[in-house]
Amino acid sequence: MRHLIRRLGIYLLAIWAAVSINFFLPRLAPGNPAEVVFFRLSQQGSVSPATLKALEIEFGVNTTDPLWVQYFAYLNNLLHGNLGVSIQYFPSTVTEVISQNIRWTLILLSVSVLMSFALGSLIGVFLAWRRGSAFDSLLSSMMMFLYSILYPWLALLAVYFIGFKLNWFPYADGYDTNLIPDWNWDFILSAAYHAILPALTIVISTIAGWMLTMRNTMITTLSEDYIMMAKAKGLTTRRVIFAYAARNAILPSITGFAIALGSVVGGSLLVERVFSYPGIGNALFLGIQAKDYALADGILLLVIVATVLMNLIVDLLYAVLDPRVRQERSA
Amino acid sequence: MNASMKREPLLEVKHLSVEYDAPNGTVHAVTDVSLTLHRGETFGLAGESGSGKSTLAYAVARLLNPPARVSSGEALYYPRPMPAQNGAHASRQAQSGGGAAWQPFDILRLSEEELRSFRWNDLAIVFQSAMNALNPVMDIGTQIMDVLWTHQSYLSKEECKQRAVELLQLVGIAPDRLKSYPHELSGGMRQRTVIAIALALSPEIIIMDEPTTALDVVVQRDILGEILRLQAQLGFAVIFITHDLSLLLELADTVAIMYAGRLVEQGSQRAVYEHPRHPYSYGLINSFPSLHGPRRKAYGIPGTPPDLRAVPTGCAFHPRCPLAFNACKTRLPLLRQVAATAEEGAPEQVACHLYNQAFREEAPTSADIAAAYEAKAERGGVR
Amino acid sequence: MSQSPSSPLPPTAVEGEQEPEAASLEPQEGITEATFLSALTTIARRTWGAATTNRKVAIGSSIVGFFVLVAIFGPLLINQDPLHYTPGIGVKPPSSAHWLGTNQANQDVFIQLVYGTRTSLFWAFLTGLLVLIISVSVGLVSGYFGGVVDDILSVITNVFLVIPSLPLAIVAVEYFSRTVFTVAVVVALTNWPWGARVLRAQTLSMRGREFVTASRSSGERPWRIIFFEIFPNEISIVAASFVTTSIQVMLAVAGLEFLGFGNSSTVSWGTMLYDAYNSGALLQEAWWWFAPPGLCIALVGAGLALLNFGIDELADPRLRQLKRRKWPKKQRVAAA
Repeated sequence: MRHLIRRLGIYLLAIWAAVSINFFLPRLAPGNPAEVVFFRLSQQGSVSPATLKALEIEFGVNTTDPLWVQYFAYLNNLLHGNLGVSIQYFPSTVTEVISQNIRWTLILLSVSVLMSFALGSLIGVFLAWRRGSAFDSLLSSMMMFLYSILYPWLALLAVYFIGFKLNWFPYADGYDTNLIPDWNWDFILSAAYHAILPALTIVISTIAGWMLTMRNTMITTLSEDYIMMAKAKGLTTRRVIFAYAARNAILPSITGFAIALGSVVGGSLLVERVFSYPGIGNALFLGIQAKDYALADGILLLVIVATVLMNLIVDLLYAVLDPRVRQERSA
Repeated sequence: MNASMKREPLLEVKHLSVEYDAPNGTVHAVTDVSLTLHRGETFGLAGESGSGKSTLAYAVARLLNPPARVSSGEALYYPRPMPAQNGAHASRQAQSGGGAAWQPFDILRLSEEELRSFRWNDLAIVFQSAMNALNPVMDIGTQIMDVLWTHQSYLSKEECKQRAVELLQLVGIAPDRLKSYPHELSGGMRQRTVIAIALALSPEIIIMDEPTTALDVVVQRDILGEILRLQAQLGFAVIFITHDLSLLLELADTVAIMYAGRLVEQGSQRAVYEHPRHPYSYGLINSFPSLHGPRRKAYGIPGTPPDLRAVPTGCAFHPRCPLAFNACKTRLPLLRQVAATAEEGAPEQVACHLYNQAFREEAPTSADIAAAYEAKAERGGVR
Repeated sequence: MSQSPSSPLPPTAVEGEQEPEAASLEPQEGITEATFLSALTTIARRTWGAATTNRKVAIGSSIVGFFVLVAIFGPLLINQDPLHYTPGIGVKPPSSAHWLGTNQANQDVFIQLVYGTRTSLFWAFLTGLLVLIISVSVGLVSGYFGGVVDDILSVITNVFLVIPSLPLAIVAVEYFSRTVFTVAVVVALTNWPWGARVLRAQTLSMRGREFVTASRSSGERPWRIIFFEIFPNEISIVAASFVTTSIQVMLAVAGLEFLGFGNSSTVSWGTMLYDAYNSGALLQEAWWWFAPPGLCIALVGAGLALLNFGIDELADPRLRQLKRRKWPKKQRVAAA
């Protein structure tokens, strides 16, 4: 329990750090991006005084307040869920733009990342058990290559060969643009169909890491005394592998999983960019291109908070999986 | 443990060798070891680390991890000559065919399936470090019941649990510990748990690999007492592996001493204690100051155990031996009977040219060996 | 000798036990009086030994070595501006004049690839080094001092661990300047916590060793103990972490460049991919344009990964691939 409270403290600190980075980054930057934005925004007119005020606070323009006053005003705005107004999609607020895009990212990522983790770890277990076999050597060396592949390149190859040349799967957009987004079967099927290629590339590019990690921890675990004892007990091979070896070997992977989730959320940027997929990654990219800093900052903040939340979930999961963590471990 | 029961063979290891490939050469971990374990007996196996004592035991239990492998030899197991009580025995007997129902079989040649039913039913192991021998993420109740579910699938869940409670009580652990995880138990309790698991199927043999090394002295005593009590109660045979020869001399019936993968001396507890023949055995006994019995001068054995990739020629111990002579450097001493077999206990055997009349007419006495060690020590051979 | 075999457990204990095991074959305590130089020569010798015995290390270092050579000498041999173009040639497949064809901007892809090798490797290793400096300093200081220092540094490490690299880098690059340098700094700032954690744990375990205690009690200053006595003992972990970090960093930089956050006046593998993607290389089916840079990244990465796993295997013999050796069938039975 103390462990979890400690972790929670660290996460709160992380969020605070992220918020502060968000606050200080535009102010530290040479030139003044804030003024560019503010200028553009006030030209568009019809901005409500309240939003204007929020943006002034966010970018620290039109104000004589000292920095710390601005800082607390900014924090106060955030606490009320006020991220400002998007310039690109004016007059939508940043919160609205994000909530439209986030579900695409969430569904695509959660499905493909979990799939990759489960599949990769399972294959890793198998490779460790059969270590030294031709299959292990072949797959392990292939994984070395896959492990260090540049995601956008892999995605480009997939788009080119599977999408463009073979035309098996659609390689752009999240759904058939002739359909109106709604909860009906046509739309859901179309969305699923469009998600196959992006998901496949995510799985391929991340699976190697899980596989190799699991293979190596599994090999180390297999030489533990309790594995030898489990074998000596005459248990079935299946039980030795899963209940004794893999159950322990998965623990380091779980920690890695938490951290990797963060980079994957960030990685959605690349996925969504290559596949022109709707989602916050693409929104962030387009926002930056359109100098929509309010949106970009909002998304950055959201990504960090999401990463922190996932870490928290994984921490809880870890506590469930490892009885020792409840009393011994401290970060 | 009456005498007639004791002399009945249970496990016969014949010319067993284990080797594995290391980056620079083949390691001969165990070379040509033969020994016999009798029913209900406590067989002590002693030696420094790297002498091959654990490797030998794991080879018999078929637990060697590659690249280690048995390169030759056999391990014959004599099943209990009683109407088979449990199914595994009966079916295996039937499989091995043969008119004689109690025919020994070679453990090293069992198929995967036969091996699985042999394991724990007939041979259980208590590992060195109890913390590492228990699965850290599984409660100890499940780890006990695991054995029961696998080998006695006819038991109901409730019966398994009942049996697990009995086993815990047998080793002196409160039944409410069933749901505890290994890290919640003290070192001694963990070792008791491992012993409880070992007893689950009432095996014939329990191999104990340094079962008390990781424990503090008081707990060590408790556990050893517990093992002896249980042995008297249940009648299993024990192969007790330790580097602590003085411990063995207190609890083993038969003692065997290994050096550089070979057996160098074997005999009854009393014989080895009172008259260690091999200079190595003598050094090993006297490197532990004894708190009881006559006062002896304690000397360490000079030097370090040999690299098993390049074992010295002749007698592997000769570079460290205070009594080595020319033949020791070139000719390998074989295990030979030295004294008339006593009325009880194992025949006394030693692999040392000092007791071979072809090389030396009169065998050295303990005093001679002591003097030689002392002389060597004074020359500065000892730390 | 009063003790009889039938009462084998007299109450007295084996208190006088000395572990004869201590005098075993185990290598002795780490490098006691290590200096950088002797540590480095040891490393060099061990690396050579490793490269010749471990297949992974051998293949990995050959691949990486090849690319390093290309990065150093390639541009000297070619001696032509990678941005040089032949007017009007257009997108052409490989030929004897242009080994990897030409791109939309009439430039030679092969020449760009060779120059790109230099830029990409340079930034990958430089950023990797930057990451290493931060993680080594934080990890060693945190592990050595413990207490409040450790608490504070650990919290900072954990905070940085959850801040995602790519989005932060994009925003930062946008606010500051679109140069590889900005990218490198941000990537370094978000990638150091991994190594710091590992090194902290290692230092923590090394703090209690005799040679450290000895130097401390002899009045050696902390920074000297940390960097001249502890650090040389951790060099293999540091090496492994440098290798892994370099892969991460190379991918991160290339990813950012692919998104267009690179410097368009320099040629690197990442900017080549950016150009290819944005000039419709896919639609023109100009595989010679978009395939080679990615392949090079994957090859260097694979080389580094092999090196890393090879080092792991050398450090932990359990991971080593078993040599398959034949022995008579009847004996194989026993090797369960």
